[in-house]
Amino acid sequence: MVGLVLVAHSAVLLDGLRAMIAQTAPAVPVGLAGGTGSGTLGTSAPRVLAALHETLAIAPSGAVVLVDLGSAMLAVEIALEEATEDERARTRISAGPIVEGAILAAVEAAAGATIDDVVVAADSAALRPKLPGLA
Amino acid sequence: MSGEWVRTWLRMSAAVVADQAEWLTGLDAAIGDGDHGINLDRGFRRVLATVDDPSAASLGAADLLTAAGRTIMGSVGGASGALYGRALLRAGAAISLRAETGISGPAGPEVVAVGPPGLLPVTAALDAAVDAIATLGRAQRGDKTMLDALVPSVEVLHESAAHGVTLAQALAAAAAAAADGLEATRPLVARRGRASYLGERSAGHLDPGAASAALLIRALADTVPVE
Repeated sequence: MVGLVLVAHSAVLLDGLRAMIAQTAPAVPVGLAGGTGSGTLGTSAPRVLAALHETLAIAPSGAVVLVDLGSAMLAVEIALEEATEDERARTRISAGPIVEGAILAAVEAAAGATIDDVVVAADSAALRPKLPGLA
Repeated sequence: MSGEWVRTWLRMSAAVVADQAEWLTGLDAAIGDGDHGINLDRGFRRVLATVDDPSAASLGAADLLTAAGRTIMGSVGGASGALYGRALLRAGAAISLRAETGISGPAGPEVVAVGPPGLLPVTAALDAAVDAIATLGRAQRGDKTMLDALVPSVEVLHESAAHGVTLAQALAAAAAAAADGLEATRPLVARRGRASYLGERSAGHLDPGAASAALLIRALADTVPVE
C-alpha cells in the first residue's frame, strides 16, 4: 500500500488531519512532520526525514508527500537530499492542498492504487470536493 | 578561515541575535508570521551550546560551520531555519573542499586579484552560502529576502580583492553593503515567503530575513582576527 507523509507548520493541524483520514482510510500508513522539534509552529527537515523513514518502512509501494506553506517544501527538499537513493525513488511530492489532498489520496491508497494514481488523486483535490457545494 | 574566527563569529552572532530578537520579530510581525527573531534566537542559543561544548573544542572552521548548520536546521523551523541551515552547511563544505584540495588561490581558472590573506576562503564560504540560499529558496536579489543583504556584501568582497585593502576593511565594507541592501528592501514588494502573500502591502517594510542577514555579516566584520 502507498503511504502518506504530511508536512505542516502545526502539529495540532496534522493530528486533526490524521483523525479525519482514519475515519475513511484507517489502514493507510500516515507519517507526520508537524511543527518544529522545539514544539513551536514551523517545519523541520530532520522531522520530515524521520517521518519519511517511518512511513516508507511500512509502505512498500512508496509514499506521497503533502505540504502546507512555503518552508514545508524547503524542508521536504532537504530531507529528500539526505534520504537514501531507494527512499527518494519511492517518494512523490504532491502539489495538492494538504487537507483535501490527503483525504483523497488516502482513499485512493486504501483501494490499492499505484503511487502515480495516488499522486493524481492528491493533485486533483484543489476544488473537486468543494465544487458540488459551490454549484 | 580559522576555526577561532568561526567560533567567535558564531558566539557574536548568537549575542547579536539575542539582543535584536525583538526587533527582528517586530519586522516579521509586520509582513510575515512574527516569529523570525524568536526562532533565530532559539536556534543560535543551541548553536552556542554546540560550539561551547567540550567535544567541539578541537573542531576547525568547516566542522564548526557544519555543526552550526545542522543545529539551525533542526531547531529554527520555518524558511529561515532551512535556508540559514543549508547556507552554513554549504559554507562548511566550501571551506572543507579548499582545505582538502590545498587550494590557496581562487578556485576558477580566471585570473583574479587575490587580495589580503584570508579574503579568499571567507569569500568562497559566503559564495557557497548565497548560492545555497538562492537555489533552495528559488530567489534572487530584489525579491525582498535575505539575499538583498547578502548578495551586495559578497559582491563587495569580490571587488575588494583588487583594491589593496586589509581583510578587516574588506569585511567592514561588506557589512556596510549588507546594511544598505537591507535598507533597499523597504520599498520592495516581496516575491518569496510568507510576505509574498501580502503582495503590494509588503512594500514599505524592511525584510526581516535581510535584517538578520545584515546582522550576521556585521558580526563577521566585527570578529575579523587581528593580523
